[in-house]
Amino acid sequence: MYVSINWLKEYVDIDDIRVEELAEKITKSGVEVDNIIHVGEEIEGVVVGYVASCDQHPNADKLNVCEVDVGSETLTIVCGAPNVAEGQKVAVATPGATLPGDFHIKEVDLRGVKSNGMICSLQELAMDEAYIPPTMEEGIVVLDEDAVIGEPVTSYINLDDTILEFDLTPNRSDCLSMLGVAYEVAAILEQPIRFPQTDVPSISEAASDYIQVDIQDEEACSYYAAFVIKDITVKPSPLWMQNKLLAAGIRPINNVVDITNYVLIEYGQPLHAFDYDRLQSKTVGVRYAKDGEELVTLDEETRTLTSDNLVITDGTNPVALAGVMGGASTEVHEGTTTVLLEAAYFNPRDVRTSVQLTGLRSESSNRFEKGVDPNRVHEAGKRASLLLHELASGSVLESTPVFDQVDRSEATVVVELDKVNDRLGTEITADQIEVILKNLRFTYTVENGVFDVNIPTRRGDITIFEDMLEEIARMYGYDHLPYTLPMSPSKPGGLSPAQQLKRNVNRFMQGAGYMETITYSLTNEARINMFVSPDLKEEQVNPVRLSMPMSEDHAYLRVSIIPELLGTIAYNRARKQANIAYYEIGSIFLSEEEEITKQPEENVRLSGVITGDMIDHKWQQEKKTVDFYAVKGLMEQLFEYIRIPVNFSQASVQDMHPGRCATIAVGEEVIGYMGQVHPRVAKDFDSKDTYMFDVNFDRIVELYDRKEQYVAIPKYPAITRDVAFIVDTDVIAGDILQVIQEVGSPLVTEVEVFDVYQGEHLEAGKKSIAYHLHYQDPSKTLKDKDVDQLHKTIVEKVNDTFHAFVRS
Amino acid sequence: MKDELKQIEEEAIAQIDQVETLKEAQDLQVAYLGRKGSITSVLRGMGKLPAEERPVVGELANKVREIISEALENKKTAIEAEQLEAQLAKEHIDVTLPGRHVAIGGPHLLTSIIEEIEDLFIGLGYEVKEGPEVEEDYYNFEALNLPKGHPARDMQDSFYITNELLLRTHTSPVQARTMREVEGREPIRMICPGKVYRRDSDDATHSHQFTQIEGLYIDEKVRMSDLKGTLKLFAKHMFGADREIRLRPSFFPFTEPSVEMDISCKVCAGKGCSVCKKTGWIEILGAGMVHPKVLEMAGYDTEKYTGFAFGMGPDRIAMLKYGVDDIRQFYVNDVRFLSQYHHA
Repeated sequence: MYVSINWLKEYVDIDDIRVEELAEKITKSGVEVDNIIHVGEEIEGVVVGYVASCDQHPNADKLNVCEVDVGSETLTIVCGAPNVAEGQKVAVATPGATLPGDFHIKEVDLRGVKSNGMICSLQELAMDEAYIPPTMEEGIVVLDEDAVIGEPVTSYINLDDTILEFDLTPNRSDCLSMLGVAYEVAAILEQPIRFPQTDVPSISEAASDYIQVDIQDEEACSYYAAFVIKDITVKPSPLWMQNKLLAAGIRPINNVVDITNYVLIEYGQPLHAFDYDRLQSKTVGVRYAKDGEELVTLDEETRTLTSDNLVITDGTNPVALAGVMGGASTEVHEGTTTVLLEAAYFNPRDVRTSVQLTGLRSESSNRFEKGVDPNRVHEAGKRASLLLHELASGSVLESTPVFDQVDRSEATVVVELDKVNDRLGTEITADQIEVILKNLRFTYTVENGVFDVNIPTRRGDITIFEDMLEEIARMYGYDHLPYTLPMSPSKPGGLSPAQQLKRNVNRFMQGAGYMETITYSLTNEARINMFVSPDLKEEQVNPVRLSMPMSEDHAYLRVSIIPELLGTIAYNRARKQANIAYYEIGSIFLSEEEEITKQPEENVRLSGVITGDMIDHKWQQEKKTVDFYAVKGLMEQLFEYIRIPVNFSQASVQDMHPGRCATIAVGEEVIGYMGQVHPRVAKDFDSKDTYMFDVNFDRIVELYDRKEQYVAIPKYPAITRDVAFIVDTDVIAGDILQVIQEVGSPLVTEVEVFDVYQGEHLEAGKKSIAYHLHYQDPSKTLKDKDVDQLHKTIVEKVNDTFHAFVRS
Repeated sequence: MKDELKQIEEEAIAQIDQVETLKEAQDLQVAYLGRKGSITSVLRGMGKLPAEERPVVGELANKVREIISEALENKKTAIEAEQLEAQLAKEHIDVTLPGRHVAIGGPHLLTSIIEEIEDLFIGLGYEVKEGPEVEEDYYNFEALNLPKGHPARDMQDSFYITNELLLRTHTSPVQARTMREVEGREPIRMICPGKVYRRDSDDATHSHQFTQIEGLYIDEKVRMSDLKGTLKLFAKHMFGADREIRLRPSFFPFTEPSVEMDISCKVCAGKGCSVCKKTGWIEILGAGMVHPKVLEMAGYDTEKYTGFAFGMGPDRIAMLKYGVDDIRQFYVNDVRFLSQYHHA
């Protein structure tokens, strides 16, 4: 809502307060002023001029040479506007004037004639193109005849105005009108309100002889007044009215349309003017449309209606979409002489339905949807009739037909003083509340600190005590509320063990050099079949699609974070950033239903990708690119950090390198996987040589057991034995290790691979894997002879199992 | 024999003087002091001496041995010191060459902000609660006083999956779920961070996915002034003690009275600039006293229990606090952006 300060002054005395201060007060009491626009701020030196003569330019067909009286002198001005004519009052930018865009006017030579200034169009005075009236689109602005020659033009075309842009919350639709704003400002400034004139002289001819009102559904339309005004002249409305509409952001059309819009802004009551002679009968009706019925609206669009659309009819056919937009067939035009003026109350729900079904929105529907003041409908009709009489020389007929079933009852809200103070933490007195209620113009009765407040119909947003509490608080001033902290007994807050673990894992990953990312949960169709972790069951993975996605890029809920992370690699590579180590802890969405009916399971994953160099190419070192074991080491250490013993097994997973992928399991239970992204897939993501990991973080949380018990540090020394086995190349290190552990338990406390060799000194198809074995007994110092026998058993078992032999 | 010893001493000292390496010193040690060395062989001849001379010669021999031994030790120490000097000189490096770096990871900026807010409220006795991102219409809207058909819940603004399921548009449903959990019988102090989704086209100031963090405090006798005090504490902690706060009336379906909080603009110190649209204030969060209908739906006795709730966007806070000018930076994960916040 744009509020013109010049217009507002007609209702409330605000001359004594600076606009900025007023805006601040309005904002602080509940209606946010989003912007303060000083109209014509940049304009200087533009005055009213009188076109004394206007002659064809001697050297140019489309130019005129005008003699323009600007009071102090007469200027010769060359003007190219088609509408310039002798006898007009116009806006003249004199030499030295400044126009918007820091444009300075100088004397110029135009095809041999010296031009001393410029006759301005509205565009040149920085009017938004969208609002310029059709009559002034192609040319200069023509001022009213009573404009005084030589005076600054600003006051004539509202260039001295300030406009407040309101950001209204949905509950404050009462401020969608100048009168509503006047109530608000008057309450804040404790000022009286001047109400507009509505008494209209009528001629002794009955409107009811011209038109009958036929309302089919009083719930849909509880009020309908059909004013008839005849003998009108359709022409442009006076400049003052156009100025006001422009300030409100409405484009002037002609006097009849402008008047309905003017009253819409003034009263917040949408009206509609029909060309009476174009109606097909003497009845105006309100009913629901028939399915398939058609209506051409004012914007020339053909609308196919349904039985949910409330329409106005000419007794038979729809002539307007109730509360939204009029029909083209009954539009007021230049030749209109008799107007049927509709002032009605439509059910907000019906208007909202029509808006949703047609996608049409208007100043009118915007107000009806939120509910207009039932007590203002008829007044608004009278106000428009008066203006049609004054500005379109119309004659208003008496005996206006009215259908009236509207509910005008006022709600009563009980306000207890003690409760107000208990809830706000204040010490407001009964007297202060009375002042507030009077300023708000709410009537009330009071007894022993208990107020019965009558809520005026213009404030439909107030229905319960808490609503009144807000009214009192905002008028009292939120600034004046004290600062306190709750008095309730304190209790410890904190993170749950799962939340704490998540933070710890975050720290671990970050300490390991990985950056945390947040990617989108919504993804495209191609990605929902990719990187499905082997810990998920096939039946858990069904696509979940939005019913109305905004784009196909974000149409489905993700089932893996990996594609999103690969996307970030592509993004960074495109920007020459080649070294990426990213991880994310976030949800994927699993559904067992093909047609979703219940919430999908949200499974939190710890996923990551790494690509590029592990060691940056520095002066000292060879660069080393990431490999499988970099990621495996990370996983091993992570699970060591959170004390969950895991094992890794060779695996074949879709979208993964067939030879470089492992599942991560706790015992038999797979909880995730890791490895190299399949080169084919990596190519699609422009993420060549990328490794990934993806584990079920929810399972980690469940498996995590916070260890608190101290374990004694071994007192007795360990004995280390090294052994290298020569085996076929397809034997894997982990299997040998497992045998060593099985046979060696419990004396073998640690086994590690320290060398893998294949090549020159070994026969083809063979490799050597060397292990350190740590023997330790917690209760005594081991002697060589204690270890010899066990070591021999282990070696024999490995040799037997893997057809291995010990390398000497 | 005494002369012989004297001669050995002189010879030895002269030779030790010439020694340049540890090896030479070792050889001399063997030659003079070893089992087959000169002194030993002299002493072997002691048997031939008269008994009264033996102790005298023995003493002298020991003295000579000590002198030689000490001279050798001194020499060795000196050589070792020299050698160390030489080695250290060789080990000289260029300290201006760059050091070897370890990989540095770090948190996402939004996580940092969320954790900072969590920690503040944990200190005030709040618990951290989480909830599903795909919500039931009931918890996302209805339980928050947004019945079906309410203008504030336009289908166009939300990502629906079915008529009853949607991506949550705020983290408020976590509040509704928590209230429902305690069946209106217990006080609540909670803070709920998380991802939320709205049907917005992504641009510099809009993102279809963003984060929110909300708080809820329900107990007996909770006042609006308590909300004001809590918000002030938060604002001063988060934005600095020198920032002013301003509360304005506002509207949310789930609170009444409702509040929006502004903080004074840091750029212009409240004087008015382009960042604060010349108002001197920057909107930072929405809050209010929990609407009685919301409390009632959760089973609370609204005569006994009151409460406040507040909610804010970490994305917006991050943008204001660090001057990030494009919200998409949080989600495209440009490494040059993420790494800017990996320091203390």
